[in-house]
Amino acid sequence: MVWVLIFIVLAVLFAAFRFDTAFMLEWLPFILGGVPLTILISVLGILLAVPLALLGALGRLSKNPVFYGLSGFYVSFIRGTPLIVQIFFIYLGLPQLAQYAPGPLQGLFILGTVTSGVLALGINYGAYLAEIFRAGIQSVGHGQVEAAQALGMTRAQTMRRIVLPQAVRVIIPPTGNEFIAMIKDSALLGIVGTQELFYRASKIGRQYFQNLETLVVAAIIYWILTSIFSYFQGRLERRLSKGYVREEDPHGH
Amino acid sequence: MDTDAHSIVSLRGLRKVFGENEVLKGIDLDIAEGEVVVIFGRSGSGKSTLLRCINFLEEPTAGSVEVDGVRYEAGQTSRARRKTIREIRSRTGMVFQEFNLFPHLSVIENVVEAPTTVKGMPREEAEELGMRFLEKVGVTDKRDEYPIRLSGGQKQRVAIARALTMRPRVMLFDEPTSALDPELIGEVLAVMRDLALESGTTMVVVTHEMGFAREVADRMAFMHEGSLVEEGSPAEMVDGAKDPRTRRFLEAVL
Repeated sequence: MVWVLIFIVLAVLFAAFRFDTAFMLEWLPFILGGVPLTILISVLGILLAVPLALLGALGRLSKNPVFYGLSGFYVSFIRGTPLIVQIFFIYLGLPQLAQYAPGPLQGLFILGTVTSGVLALGINYGAYLAEIFRAGIQSVGHGQVEAAQALGMTRAQTMRRIVLPQAVRVIIPPTGNEFIAMIKDSALLGIVGTQELFYRASKIGRQYFQNLETLVVAAIIYWILTSIFSYFQGRLERRLSKGYVREEDPHGH
Repeated sequence: MDTDAHSIVSLRGLRKVFGENEVLKGIDLDIAEGEVVVIFGRSGSGKSTLLRCINFLEEPTAGSVEVDGVRYEAGQTSRARRKTIREIRSRTGMVFQEFNLFPHLSVIENVVEAPTTVKGMPREEAEELGMRFLEKVGVTDKRDEYPIRLSGGQKQRVAIARALTMRPRVMLFDEPTSALDPELIGEVLAVMRDLALESGTTMVVVTHEMGFAREVADRMAFMHEGSLVEEGSPAEMVDGAKDPRTRRFLEAVL
């Protein structure tokens, strides 16, 4: 109800400021054209972040001092520096090192905007997710580990078959939140020229001096995207609760 | 072969120290094939730790553990140690006070998990075997339920079936009925009695259920402050315990 009111107020305001809806509609397809790239970058980013996070989390829980130290450094350094600095570092900083690399490897240092973006987002979110994964793994009771070990399972088997499947239930909701946050943070890549949603919106806005219109369009598209993913995330969470919710109580208490 | 030829479990000079606290002060114990040994004593006497040292959920500080011919001595190199520990674990089954069923797996999946993962048994074969043990503990009708839908007694019976499906040489029971509502204790004890008397399973049971001990145990061992103070047949122990500490404890619980 309140939302409806907000929309009416906004519509009135837009009309008062002579909002150019025709212009917005005209450029909508162009701005929408950035959506696939935004989604692609976010999906690849999270696909990179998850294994990094798993390694980071296992490192934080490891008794091996090297593994523990490495993961500690990763999590601390990445969480302690701004994402935009990390993006610039990979896109603009790394190429500077290419001159020291042997010829065939130089290409590894000079990356396109999309590759840089996926790397930066993946590495950045991996560090945040590592803490989420660690907490999820620790939420699985020690009795579970003991039961698995008493049955003769190795540590790796225990982790893979018993601990992680249970941790996933705890990990999925915040990971979904991180993915949604990543969709929004992918807009930062527009600054280095990735042709995603925000880049396209701001380009047209500046070109025609109608920034407000294009930014409103971009904001609405981001909002719709994140709402869609929130919806699917909710459904996934309900499916994962299988085995944890009594659908009907056999004992009546 | 020495005199231990027929013992499934053999503990020698077993010590366990937590920080400055010596929980086990040199335990010697032999358990013969098919024997049911009940270990009892006050809480904090070290009886659970003793049980957990047999399958290395606690690692002994000193002494040796031998299960079905696989021998562990404190102080082996880490690689050999881990292998020995896994071999001993594959020969022992444990039932916990808190059941510790895997909540993300259905009853049948709980039971076939270890045979398929650890032994590489084909799924159908494991299910067949698992169903046999679920039948033995009387919960076949729950095969596709998740543990949360089971009562405590059903959970513990599934846990027993899960351990049995690995075909252990000895079953370790760590206060298997202590977390159960009083009206559910009987069904679990009945399954255990059946295992002991009809299947001839070798069992080491830590419990306060003196009625069960008297009826089922071949031997009862009283533990006090980290030592095995006295052991004997149920008749010898319950009616004629020699040690005053054993007598005092039995008077309190009977």
